[in-house]
Amino acid sequence: MQAILSGFRRIRKTERFLWFNLLFLIILGLAMFVPILFTVNQAFKPIEELFLLPPTFFAHHPTWFNFKSLLLSDSLIPFSRYVTNTVLVTAVNVFGVIMISAMAAYAFSKRTFPGGRALFSFIIVSLMFDPGQVLIPRYLVVAHTGIMDTYLAHILPFLPMPVCVFLMKQFVDQIPNALMDAAKIDGAKEWMLFTRIVVPMCMPAIATVGILTFQTVWPETESSRLFTQIESQRLLNFYVSSLVNGSGTTSASVGSVNSVAGTGIQAASALIVFVPFVIVFLAFQRKVLQTMANSGIK
Amino acid sequence: MSQAATAPVVSPSPQAAGPLKRKSLWVRMRENYSAYLFVAPFFIVFTIYVVGPIVVALGLSLFSYDAVSAPKFIGFSNFMSIFTEDRLFLRHALPNTFFFAVIVGPVGYLLCFALAWLIHQLPKKYRDYFTLLIYFPSMAAGVNLGIVWIVLFASDKTGYLNSFLLQIGLIDQPIPFLYSAQYFMWVMIFISLWQSMGIGFLAMLAGLQTINTELYEAGSVDGISNRLQEIYYITIPSIRPQLLFSAVMSVVATFKGGIIGSMLMASTGQDATPGYSGLLLTGHIDDFFKLRYEVGYSAALSVLLLVMVLAMTRFSFFLFGPKGDE
Repeated sequence: MQAILSGFRRIRKTERFLWFNLLFLIILGLAMFVPILFTVNQAFKPIEELFLLPPTFFAHHPTWFNFKSLLLSDSLIPFSRYVTNTVLVTAVNVFGVIMISAMAAYAFSKRTFPGGRALFSFIIVSLMFDPGQVLIPRYLVVAHTGIMDTYLAHILPFLPMPVCVFLMKQFVDQIPNALMDAAKIDGAKEWMLFTRIVVPMCMPAIATVGILTFQTVWPETESSRLFTQIESQRLLNFYVSSLVNGSGTTSASVGSVNSVAGTGIQAASALIVFVPFVIVFLAFQRKVLQTMANSGIK
Repeated sequence: MSQAATAPVVSPSPQAAGPLKRKSLWVRMRENYSAYLFVAPFFIVFTIYVVGPIVVALGLSLFSYDAVSAPKFIGFSNFMSIFTEDRLFLRHALPNTFFFAVIVGPVGYLLCFALAWLIHQLPKKYRDYFTLLIYFPSMAAGVNLGIVWIVLFASDKTGYLNSFLLQIGLIDQPIPFLYSAQYFMWVMIFISLWQSMGIGFLAMLAGLQTINTELYEAGSVDGISNRLQEIYYITIPSIRPQLLFSAVMSVVATFKGGIIGSMLMASTGQDATPGYSGLLLTGHIDDFFKLRYEVGYSAALSVLLLVMVLAMTRFSFFLFGPKGDE
């Protein structure tokens, strides 16, 4: 009897905790979402509503006006050029990072070769280096490797992502060695092992690495600012943030016409960069969590 | 490396003389040449674009170089000037960076853990929605959301925060959050914390899902009576590897925080953060390069930054790193 009572009390307590927890997370989650919701609303507000006092949060008469003025702004380089550049560069990078990281991860995980362990611990150490910390030396290296003012300047410096090799390796570790041996006995060559076994079995990790790369390269402004002088080779986020900041590097200046009217266009530009992020992440969320479960540094 | 010289000669154990004889380094390298081919593409770009800049930074920090005339070797003079003459560094950049890192690092990290844990307590079907809500802001980190913060922290009563504080009667005068040395740093910290639930948060959340639930049952048999004990004795030890990974990630993310300062600065049209209150080491490095072209000096500052990051990461390895028995 006593035991049943105390058990019952425990369940009540658990339930109460759950409700509090749920309520807390709902409030916090929504509060954290407010700035993003604000951006969305701001982007769809017509000019009259931007000037309202006191400012309103929601757009009452949503319009595409802000997006239109951004897309059709009379700059020398059409907006679509920046989009094309960015899509191309991002696609090449995502593919490239996945390839070289998966290849390295396979070798680190399934092969023992002299120097292998040392190289991998070197990668773990390099997890902590953000290229942004040595921006200027990086600029000098890029300048001396002769890729300035080419599309390669958006690609090569962003290919080595230690965190991607690390996550991949942790995932490849899960593939049973017996499977690899069986394939070898069946006459599979090295490259076959990699493309037919490792890659298909690492799809969650590949998706995650793809997302991480996407999140790094898609909003990239550094390479457009430092590594190229050619306007038609610059990337989307650089263009939209130069509009927002009104820096004179681009010929258009829709953002600086008027600071209040500008906020609508700024919000629209932020959304254009942000929305693809969200779509990609939503599509692969499950796989990301599956990969992250193996992310521990042991 | 010494193995190469000694391995073929020394064969102390009897079976080493047979077919199992330890092969020389060169032979083993030749046999595994394909493994090197697999790591080569990564390591080539890694060496050039990740290791390269670090080596260049180390080298340049010993030179006086203005990007035009030839670099001049000056030994440790750059470092000497940093610590003796650079008033902006000593009075603002260094203390600000410490203050920012000490708050954003640990608090952001604890937030990651707390939120991951709370989400994990929910029934499975709800978890995804909350994961998304909490992860959203970190996705926005790369996007310039200056407009949100300008409106939220606007200095007159049209600002959302000011109008809220005025309404509940906490203040009588609107506070110029983005123009005052007193508040600017806190705005930066607030934004950083808002977007700190990134990849480390996901790692923790995923780690929590791998814990064997039998551990908790065993724990309650052994006398664990509340959730805090559960966290301390079971949860944290079980996901320690993920905790270490997220610690490293959060150190790196914290030191990127200077971007927020320059974003707010640009959005409000200021040339510097108010009274240098938001000047972090990253911003200071940028100033020396872009405004004064003192490449050697800014490289020396970069080296200092690297040392700080390294020290912080070492500390997280000390806290969560593998212990002797593992």
